[in-house]
Amino acid sequence: MFGVYVLWPIIQSVTLSFYDWDGLYNKDGEFMGRFVGMGNYSELMTDPAFETSLWNNLKWLVLYMLALPIGLFIAIFLNQTVRGIRLYKSLFFFPFVISQVVVGLIFAWFYAPNFGLFYLLTENVFGQGTAILADPDLVTYGIIAAGLWPQIAYVMILYLTGLNNVAPDQIEAARLDGAKGWRMLWYVVLPQLRPATFIAVIVTVIGALRSFDLVSIMTNGGPFGSSRVLSYYMFEMALGEYGFRMGYGAAIAVVLFLIMMVFISGFIWKMWRDEKER
Amino acid sequence: MFPRPIQKSSTAAQWVYTIALPIALLIWLFPLLGVALTSLRPASDLAQGNYFGMPSGIAWENYVYIFTETPIGQYMVNSLWVTIPTVIGAVSLSLMTGFALAVYGFRANILVFFMFVAGNFVPFQILMVPVRDMTLQLGMYDTWYGLALFHIAFQTGFCTLFMRNFIKALPFELIEAARVEGVSEWRIFWYIVLPLMRPAIAALSVLVFTFIWNDFFWATVLTQGVDSQPITAGLSSLNGQWIAQWHLVSAGSILAALPPVAMFFLMQKHFIAGLTLGAVK
Repeated sequence: MFGVYVLWPIIQSVTLSFYDWDGLYNKDGEFMGRFVGMGNYSELMTDPAFETSLWNNLKWLVLYMLALPIGLFIAIFLNQTVRGIRLYKSLFFFPFVISQVVVGLIFAWFYAPNFGLFYLLTENVFGQGTAILADPDLVTYGIIAAGLWPQIAYVMILYLTGLNNVAPDQIEAARLDGAKGWRMLWYVVLPQLRPATFIAVIVTVIGALRSFDLVSIMTNGGPFGSSRVLSYYMFEMALGEYGFRMGYGAAIAVVLFLIMMVFISGFIWKMWRDEKER
Repeated sequence: MFPRPIQKSSTAAQWVYTIALPIALLIWLFPLLGVALTSLRPASDLAQGNYFGMPSGIAWENYVYIFTETPIGQYMVNSLWVTIPTVIGAVSLSLMTGFALAVYGFRANILVFFMFVAGNFVPFQILMVPVRDMTLQLGMYDTWYGLALFHIAFQTGFCTLFMRNFIKALPFELIEAARVEGVSEWRIFWYIVLPLMRPAIAALSVLVFTFIWNDFFWATVLTQGVDSQPITAGLSSLNGQWIAQWHLVSAGSILAALPPVAMFFLMQKHFIAGLTLGAVK
């Protein structure tokens, strides 16, 4: 079943990316696509919208990494044993449980022109409000900020469990040697958090490359297509208002897949090594 | 323990910490609180520009309105129709695949396992066109079972990874001993492994429930109308109709967020165990 719905479609998509197809069959149920070889890919190379999407994906990847230090910071902040701390931890984790659709709507409200909090804030600071979702230069950053919110929560939980497993005797030993604050964090704690960091990097990369929901909810790729990312552009091409260019969409998906594959193989390689060691 | 327990610091530092905690939380959840508040604000407040001041009254009628005037109730029912079969299907399938991969050392074992892991991280978009096409061909486009079937298939990847690691961590001697006693494999699975899997099953169910409830991409790709769209997709289309009626948008958002949040609070322990156990192992 997994094969039918996941493995087989990947192969089909790759094949499809060499065709020009509008998603229809003729009345005998025959496939109507036309073989165009590398045509879709060479068209991609000169497509400015594709270039924007690729750049935006890069921005997502780089800025999403901010979730790691911030998540770690919050985890350290919360790693205490005071009354009610369990409740605090859960409430901090809240944004991750909520649907991305809802997160998108919440932030759209936050950024809304004229009365949104962010707009009022910029109005007070700079004397002029910024409607971030309508500004082609800023819109991607606005959406990334929204995406970071749940992502930080996720990373935080991973680090919190990681911090629980840090060996207390090592900390005590380092403390006796006079290690403190940053040096302690860098030389003693972080090395022990390696597994947590590894997972956090993986989920963050995947989260960044999968960013579809937020773009779709908050801006629909606009204004002027400036907030598109590959995943959204692909959807737009294959099912959106620009008609059903399935082959072209598949080609975009293949590019995205190849980017992701770099990270997936890194992950698999590490797991493979761990398996062998056992 | 890192950082140094706060109880060992000066009283002043302890005070600062106790005060800083709720403030930090407030800032962190501020957007959510704002929306919750807006969802209870009467429309007249918004019309007069009273966005952040005291509401002139608590307007439950916003919620009444979205239930009576929009198909949001139907959307929620649809979501349940997709989510519950998926949880049952994916968890029970992965119990078997996980058992097979953890217990039997056949040659393709590692290969199959890594296939599941890799499939898990594949971008959805590469699956989109063929899956949609297949669903159409099978006549399951725009139905809850078409969507649920795909979710079961895809989630099985993640669940198998989780289950396999969990079963691997169980004492293998138990199974060995049962084999020596001449217990059939099927009975070993049913009477020995399954009872030990309870915590894993609980954790996975909660996790999958949230994942599927919150899914938006496949909901837009595989469904269309009020009769089958789950809440996420439904909310998105309602958002298009309610331009700038933020009290309604907020009420809808809160409603859509409620079930996973409730699930999270009820099964908190399992949820976090699930996220970290499946991953860190």
